[in-house]
Amino acid sequence: MNEFTTWDILRNLLLAARWTVLLSLVSFIGGGLVGAALLFARIGKGRIGPTFVKAYVELFQGTPLLMQLFLAFFGLGLFGVDVPAWLAAGVALILWSAAFLTEIWRGCVESIARGQWEASSSLGMGYLQQMRHVILPQALRIAVPPTVGFSVQVVKGTALTSIIGFVELSKAGTIVTNATFEPFTVYGLVALIYFCLCWPLSRSSQILERKLNVAHRNH
Amino acid sequence: MSLIEITEVKKRFGDNEVLKGINIDVAPGEVVAIIGRSGSGKSTLLRCINGLEAIDEGSISVAGAQLLPDELHLKALRLKVGMIFQQFNLFPHLTAGRNVMLSQMVVKKTPKAQAEAMAKTMLERVGLGHKFDAYPDQLSGGQQQRVAIARALAMQPIALLCDEITSALDPELVSEVLAVVKELAGEGMTLMMVTHEMRFARDVCSRVVFMHQGRVHEIGPPEEVFANPKTPELQQFLGVTH
Ligand SMILES: Nc1ncnc2c1ncn2[C@@H]1O[C@H](COP(=O)(O)OP(=O)(O)OP(=O)(O)O)[C@@H](O)[C@H]1O
Ligand SMILES: [Mg+2]
Repeated sequence: MNEFTTWDILRNLLLAARWTVLLSLVSFIGGGLVGAALLFARIGKGRIGPTFVKAYVELFQGTPLLMQLFLAFFGLGLFGVDVPAWLAAGVALILWSAAFLTEIWRGCVESIARGQWEASSSLGMGYLQQMRHVILPQALRIAVPPTVGFSVQVVKGTALTSIIGFVELSKAGTIVTNATFEPFTVYGLVALIYFCLCWPLSRSSQILERKLNVAHRNH
Repeated sequence: MSLIEITEVKKRFGDNEVLKGINIDVAPGEVVAIIGRSGSGKSTLLRCINGLEAIDEGSISVAGAQLLPDELHLKALRLKVGMIFQQFNLFPHLTAGRNVMLSQMVVKKTPKAQAEAMAKTMLERVGLGHKFDAYPDQLSGGQQQRVAIARALAMQPIALLCDEITSALDPELVSEVLAVVKELAGEGMTLMMVTHEMRFARDVCSRVVFMHQGRVHEIGPPEEVFANPKTPELQQFLGVTH
């Protein structure tokens, strides 16, 4: 049996962690873009847009992310489409993130006082002008902390993609464990790496929240 | 000719008929006070005139132009009629100066330098020239409300609607806002204001409208309405507020 040093283990895990980081970034940024598009459909004046987005959000929030991954991976396979694990993982996580981000941002837009809409209306501004100059600048500021906070969920969400065979940090942990038979060391290190990724995010979310609150009071 | 013509205006919220056929004509330069009990429809009437609420029946016209519920007509109307709210509704992310500049630049496409000059002038006019760079939360309620007035004036409206603009203020701040309104009235601005300041209504307004249960219950010059209330409802209302 081979002898693995702790450094060997850590090195392999860190190499796999790159995929966790990459998948998180793709999911978060992609989810943000899709989420922004959904947001405008959701708060727009149309009939179909809001209904569609509402259903979309309920679907993705009402089912486990794991099921969504399975459906993206095996579901498309049923139709004869051969989906590589990375693609299924990316698509599922982007759509999942989009649902949550849309909902977070909708809350932020709707938390802007009705008086802001009325005052800008009474000054003659149209819907897009109100959005652009009055509502979104205020909503954005409120949205930053919960958005950064949600990025932690995305990082943790990527762990599930190991189940459909995408080799990121968790999957690498399993592979390395099978080779070394040192589950405690390996998963301990895996957890530590996740923590190093997530903690700065949740911490900065807290700091931003405090900063923006103070800024809102005093500028 | 009247500047604002309100004819048989009705407004319902569901089953609740809030305005039951309102007729008021306002001449240019007139200052009209609207008084009445809570829930009598005063705010709703002003909001209808500004198109914030759509009317169900009747018609409203300002300077000869009909109020129609499409974007273009609404915008044209709102350029003629400004509105000041009880809660000021300044844009909290912009300085006082920027608050006054924004709609000029966005709606009227006024060049920045010109909008800035106008903002300075208007803030001077309400006595806040030195607060150009202050954010709303650095200003007192009275100052915020005066910025809101400057912001509306910068659009050069021909009439202003004021909905209880001093009701959210501490008592000692009421007079500074009323002083500004009084000055505007003196300069010939057409004003329709919902107010609980009876003394102000008596001193400054040319006519007083007493609303009761969605109708204009009494209307007339302040001397008459305050000294000789004809209906028991108005008598009771004035008795209560005195
Ligand atoms: N958006 C709305 N939806 C449903 N009902 C409304 C709405 N706005 C006002 N109302 C109702 O219309 C009636 C008149 O309200 P309005 O605000 O015009 O009264 P008001 O005379 O301004 O009273 P106050 O002195 O308290 O401001 C009230 O019964 C109120 O409940
Ligand atoms: Mg009211």
